Amino acid sequence: MLDKKQLITIKGTRDGLTLFIDEVCSYDLVVNELHATIAESSPKENEPVVSVKVQLGNRFLTEQQKKELTDIITKDHRFIVESIESSVIRREEALRWKEHSDIQAVSRVIRSGQVLEVTGDLLLIGDVNPGGKVVATGNIYIMGNLHGIAHAGSIGDRQAFIAASFMKPNQLRIADYISRAPDYEADGVYMECGLVDEEQDKIVIDRLQVLSHKRQVLSGFERRMQNG
Amino acid sequence: MGEAIVITSGKGGVGKTTTSANIGTALALMEKKVCLIDTDIGLRNLDVIMGLENRIIYDIVDVIQERCKLKQALIKDKRFDYLSLLPAAQTSDKSAVTTDGMKQIISELKQEYDYIIIDCPAGIEQGFQNAVAGADKAIVVTTPEKSSVRDADRIIGLLEKEDMESPRLIINRIRNHMMKNGDMLEIDEIIQVLSIDLIGIVIDDDEVIKASNKGEPVALQPNSKASIAYRNIARRILGETVPLQSLEDEKGVLYKVKKFFGMRA
Ligand SMILES: Nc1ncnc2c1ncn2[C@@H]1O[C@H](COP(=O)(O)OP(=O)(O)OP(=O)(O)O)[C@@H](O)[C@H]1O
Ligand SMILES: [Mg+2]
Repeated sequence: MLDKKQLITIKGTRDGLTLFIDEVCSYDLVVNELHATIAESSPKENEPVVSVKVQLGNRFLTEQQKKELTDIITKDHRFIVESIESSVIRREEALRWKEHSDIQAVSRVIRSGQVLEVTGDLLLIGDVNPGGKVVATGNIYIMGNLHGIAHAGSIGDRQAFIAASFMKPNQLRIADYISRAPDYEADGVYMECGLVDEEQDKIVIDRLQVLSHKRQVLSGFERRMQNG
Repeated sequence: MGEAIVITSGKGGVGKTTTSANIGTALALMEKKVCLIDTDIGLRNLDVIMGLENRIIYDIVDVIQERCKLKQALIKDKRFDYLSLLPAAQTSDKSAVTTDGMKQIISELKQEYDYIIIDCPAGIEQGFQNAVAGADKAIVVTTPEKSSVRDADRIIGLLEKEDMESPRLIINRIRNHMMKNGDMLEIDEIIQVLSIDLIGIVIDDDEVIKASNKGEPVALQPNSKASIAYRNIARRILGETVPLQSLEDEKGVLYKVKKFFGMRA
């Protein structure tokens, strides 16, 4: 083969190098070529270590393949791999991602002894009766009466909150915080929300309006993009 | 083809057996063919309230274990030709009854009777599962107490998983003076929490206990308040629109409740 196409292109930036890897050739070719490229361009002993970003384009690599590439690049301890980026992800990963950022709308009554668990935000159109429980990894919005237990941010998101048309809950839980109803007979509240107050280090109940400046209600999707 | 209705509650002692006996009797008064089934194995009561205790020869476990034919185990009522009772077993092991056994019995009874009324035991265990297995519809009984309403809610949740229409509610043992003082849950409040249709309310009436002790269900009496309430429930089961009877001779408590009936199609 005469005019062999360049499979790996190197670009220098202020923060280090970026390796652009051809996205259509076979993986074995990439490995071969990478050995050569690294040998050629490795910094000398007395030069500082360089950080490398790898750009895969539309190529999908398994975790094992990523590790193999990383090993090749860092073999002589002259490079460190900062990131390996690809514009494609697996279907399952995408679904999981979508689930975590989705809002699940459910329309029914959650009765005593029943538990409704969702991934992402929960929009419940209906009541949570005493002894019933709703759990979401994101926020919980209840268009109805919350008498039972609501647990938002169930896998640890302390920014999550619980909003309800009416609430007189047995318990509110956000991430690892728990607050329960007082022992005396108290009135419920209309159009309020429960959220973690960092200063007081506990769950507080406030008017729904505070959400607009304390939480970015509508950017729940972005928030979870950041959290991965 | 008849219809099977299970009477259930979750909590014990709220009036399932009393309700079963009286709805059955009231339907019989309206010339329907009715069969009552007692599924409370080991704690049978329905025969006593119906005054049929002495006539029992075979019971439901005998039928399931094929010691007798279904027809042989049915006890004919003293007063009505087409009112029968299939009694529970008093001694046998509870595990003798199965959901399949129940379904079989009920489908056989449906050939002959218009209504099969199933008295359910308290609790949510196997006895409950058996009682609801063959039912087409359910009536949930509660009293105006928090714990009773809570258990009714639990039961409604379990019934929703069954293949039947949304259950209907009876609020039993209402005491008007307590309701007025706010010492009991309001009817509106109960309906709002349980969010199912109300099919009737029954006041707490000493006549009910007296009648049960005599083995003459209160529904047989012409004028007592509880009797009228049970007969109204039977009429609603038949599809008639019957307004709620007021508890006292003034509006008050029940005024608001009426609109729940208005909302039903
Ligand atoms: N409306 C009423 N007024 C007065 N007493 C009532 C009324 N309804 C039921 N009772 C009484 O309450 C008691 C319990 O009723 P019943 O046996 O029907 O309850 P149950 O739900 O079948 O109980 P179990 O769970 O033990 O089967 C009985 O003594 C009965 O007479
Ligand atoms: Mg009973």
